[in-house]
Amino acid sequence: MDWLNSILQGVLVGGLYAMFAAGLSLIFGVMRLVNIAHGDLVVLAAYLALVVTQALGMGPLASLLVIAPLMAAIGYGLQRWLLNRTLGDDLLPPLLVTFGLSVIIQNGLLEIFSPDSRKLQAGAIETATIPLTPDLSIGVLPLVQFLVAVVMIGALQALFYRTAWGRAFRATSDDQSTVQLVGVDNRHVFGLAMGLSLAVVSVAGVFLAVRANFDPSMGPARLIFGFEAVIIGGLGNLWGTLAGGVVLGVAQAIGAKIDPGWQLLAGHLAFLMVLAVRPEGFFPRVQA
Amino acid sequence: MSGAFTLTRGTGVSRLVAIGAFAALAGLACAPLWAQASSLNLLTQIFAYVALATMWNLLAGFSGLVSVGQQAYVGIGGYALFALTIFWGLHPLAALVVAGVIGGLIAIPVAGLLFRLRGAYFAIGSWVVAEVFRLLASQISALGGGSGTSLPARIVTGMADGRQAREFMIYWTGLALVVVVIGLTIALLRSRWGLALRAIHHNELAARSNGVEVTRIKLLVYAVAGFGTAMAGALIFLQKLRISPDAAFSVNDWTAFVIFMAVIGGIGRIEGPIIGAVVFFFLRQTLSDLGSLYLMMLGLVAIVIMLRAPRGVAGWLADRFGFEPAPLERRLVHAKSNPESKPEPSHV
Amino acid sequence: MRDLLTICGLDAFYGDFQALFDVSLRVGEGEVVAIVGSNGAGKSTLLKSIAGQIATRRDAISFDDAPIGGERTHVLLKRGISLVPEGRRLFPSLSVEENLLIGGEHGRKGPWTLARVYDLFPVLAERRNQRSTSLSGGQQQMVAIGRALMSNPRLLLCDEISLGLAPIVVREIYERLPQIIGDGMSLVIVEQDILQALAASARVYCLQEGRVTLEGDSRSVSRETIAAAYFGV
Repeated sequence: MDWLNSILQGVLVGGLYAMFAAGLSLIFGVMRLVNIAHGDLVVLAAYLALVVTQALGMGPLASLLVIAPLMAAIGYGLQRWLLNRTLGDDLLPPLLVTFGLSVIIQNGLLEIFSPDSRKLQAGAIETATIPLTPDLSIGVLPLVQFLVAVVMIGALQALFYRTAWGRAFRATSDDQSTVQLVGVDNRHVFGLAMGLSLAVVSVAGVFLAVRANFDPSMGPARLIFGFEAVIIGGLGNLWGTLAGGVVLGVAQAIGAKIDPGWQLLAGHLAFLMVLAVRPEGFFPRVQA
Repeated sequence: MSGAFTLTRGTGVSRLVAIGAFAALAGLACAPLWAQASSLNLLTQIFAYVALATMWNLLAGFSGLVSVGQQAYVGIGGYALFALTIFWGLHPLAALVVAGVIGGLIAIPVAGLLFRLRGAYFAIGSWVVAEVFRLLASQISALGGGSGTSLPARIVTGMADGRQAREFMIYWTGLALVVVVIGLTIALLRSRWGLALRAIHHNELAARSNGVEVTRIKLLVYAVAGFGTAMAGALIFLQKLRISPDAAFSVNDWTAFVIFMAVIGGIGRIEGPIIGAVVFFFLRQTLSDLGSLYLMMLGLVAIVIMLRAPRGVAGWLADRFGFEPAPLERRLVHAKSNPESKPEPSHV
Repeated sequence: MRDLLTICGLDAFYGDFQALFDVSLRVGEGEVVAIVGSNGAGKSTLLKSIAGQIATRRDAISFDDAPIGGERTHVLLKRGISLVPEGRRLFPSLSVEENLLIGGEHGRKGPWTLARVYDLFPVLAERRNQRSTSLSGGQQQMVAIGRALMSNPRLLLCDEISLGLAPIVVREIYERLPQIIGDGMSLVIVEQDILQALAASARVYCLQEGRVTLEGDSRSVSRETIAAAYFGV
């Protein structure tokens, strides 16, 4: 039962990893950009949630009404005024500029909020559980987090494959010069994609802040978890990303069960194993 | 016109620079005669960073392998030095060389995994690998586990006769490391492998269809970088005398700063990392009291340079003054004209 | 006939290489103009300049009496200039219908709708849910034309629509031209196939090495004149 409980927790944490991954996967899909600052932006959203809940007296989930649009605006601006200038055939500029951004965000948060770890209080929901069997119960908060991840990925999937925005995203991804011939401004689409990515990031940031302690140095590890989920799941497949997050979460849970020092290592090893035996991931996008 | 052209690689400036470089090297080699211990210490740190930045430049600037995980090899080098001296009683200098070899050997299977990832995903993958080594290092209880360990006094004192001799030895090792690493890089880039590398960098598909064995050359470069970086790591922790997983595998210290140096100095140029390291240490000596504000500033400077002058200081010098101290490409020069006066840059 | 497009003294460059020299040309409202010339004569460059894919001097190109040279492509589409690019350039991850839909989503309002495109090319309706890459070359060309029409252009630019297609397919597409321009749309066709181009157009321009070497009436121009302008003999 103990093991089952650990695995169940791992599955639920996987939802959070899928949220990190979805934002990363989205911008890679649309503009082949890998944002090294992605994890630091998750942490930035967590701190914004801290400020907003304290200043406006809102609950963590309600604070998303403020934070998600704010982060989306930051994302759009960042893309239009900074990152669009780095896109081209050369790999280095976008990588190094987002790397610089990561350093700036991390140290900016340190400067403002100190290295002390913080936590967002969500009230009674934090300790609430649903008993499944006499020995096994499931936390309400992790469950909510997982369900939000599922709904979010479903919504992104629908947006991508059923709406005009999604068509513009996919067409821009296919051919950013021809897409202008149908009246789409590729620079604007890139901005929208980054805005959407950071809106997703803001949800992940709030859950990160509610779940456990957070501090300014946590960003890079979130980037890595998201990245591992993307690769395990298979590039370009959003549902695969969810599966990748779950695999990572379960691997970490099993590792932690064996030895607390093995939690992260087990996750990384699962990722490297997938890379070794199935480098295209479990659910790669089917190419025509 | 027939037969009136010759192939040359040198420019007039480059010969002058070569003379200047030897003079500087001689001066630096004699530094223990005139410099204080603290200056020697600082110079050794600069040497280690020049070596790290040169190796990163070889990967990212010349071969398109953008890594943010080279701290893996710094840590491997440091830990190998500690293990070899403590468990097997090797002399630290011998251990430093062996640590480099270990780094190069570990790089080969790692490359087998990482080369499955393209472009930017290779970068993050390399970071994961560094994390794995950090976590593994914290499992080695004989070397202090997560909290690390110090180099035992008997090893430190047994290295050389007296404190001063030890400091000189570490200093000269650092200088030798820079010479070896830069020499290795230039030799590699001027070899036929180097020509192929630049072909890969310009167009991987075209290079592959021309029969260039892309993967094998990239593997060679990655292993050489692992070798040089691990030696630098061994030197760094020989100087620090204390190692811990967080210090040895720090992404900030061994990758962020190194990238900053390469960007400032000029990515894809031999002299770039040297210029970058000097600028970095100048900034550090004057501004590091600002703490995280200083780091934010470094990030900002790197972004501005990447956008405004992506070829860095060295590239700017080359564009503005034609200053090319270490040209890698052969040029076609009209034999009758003075090759010194106006080289026609024609890539051969 | 009122001029919709006027080009006056247009030079165009790819980096240091000059591809067009002092090109002048006009297209009347509702007129079909053909541009012929050998490979590398600058025909595609000319269309790309009109569609904003190549930077040009602002006043070198006027559309509807306003200077548009160097305007961004997506802005020009909203003003009514649509290009069917050489090689079709469909979006491979979009279905046939999605390729058509995206063509209409950012353009002008007008008579062209999904239903009307399917009327024009019934075969596309049958394959609406297939990926565009699974279609034959001719069908792909129909999607490319349909995608451009969905934006309800006032000026349609077609770059080498017969390239790589079987003669019977080319004839089939050209037979639809009257339906396409029926609402008074202006059309510029670039072709290597001179006879096809002359048959479909009212006026013809010949380009050679980036310069206009002939301008004439498609019905009355003689083959010898064309050949002279084409090959520069």
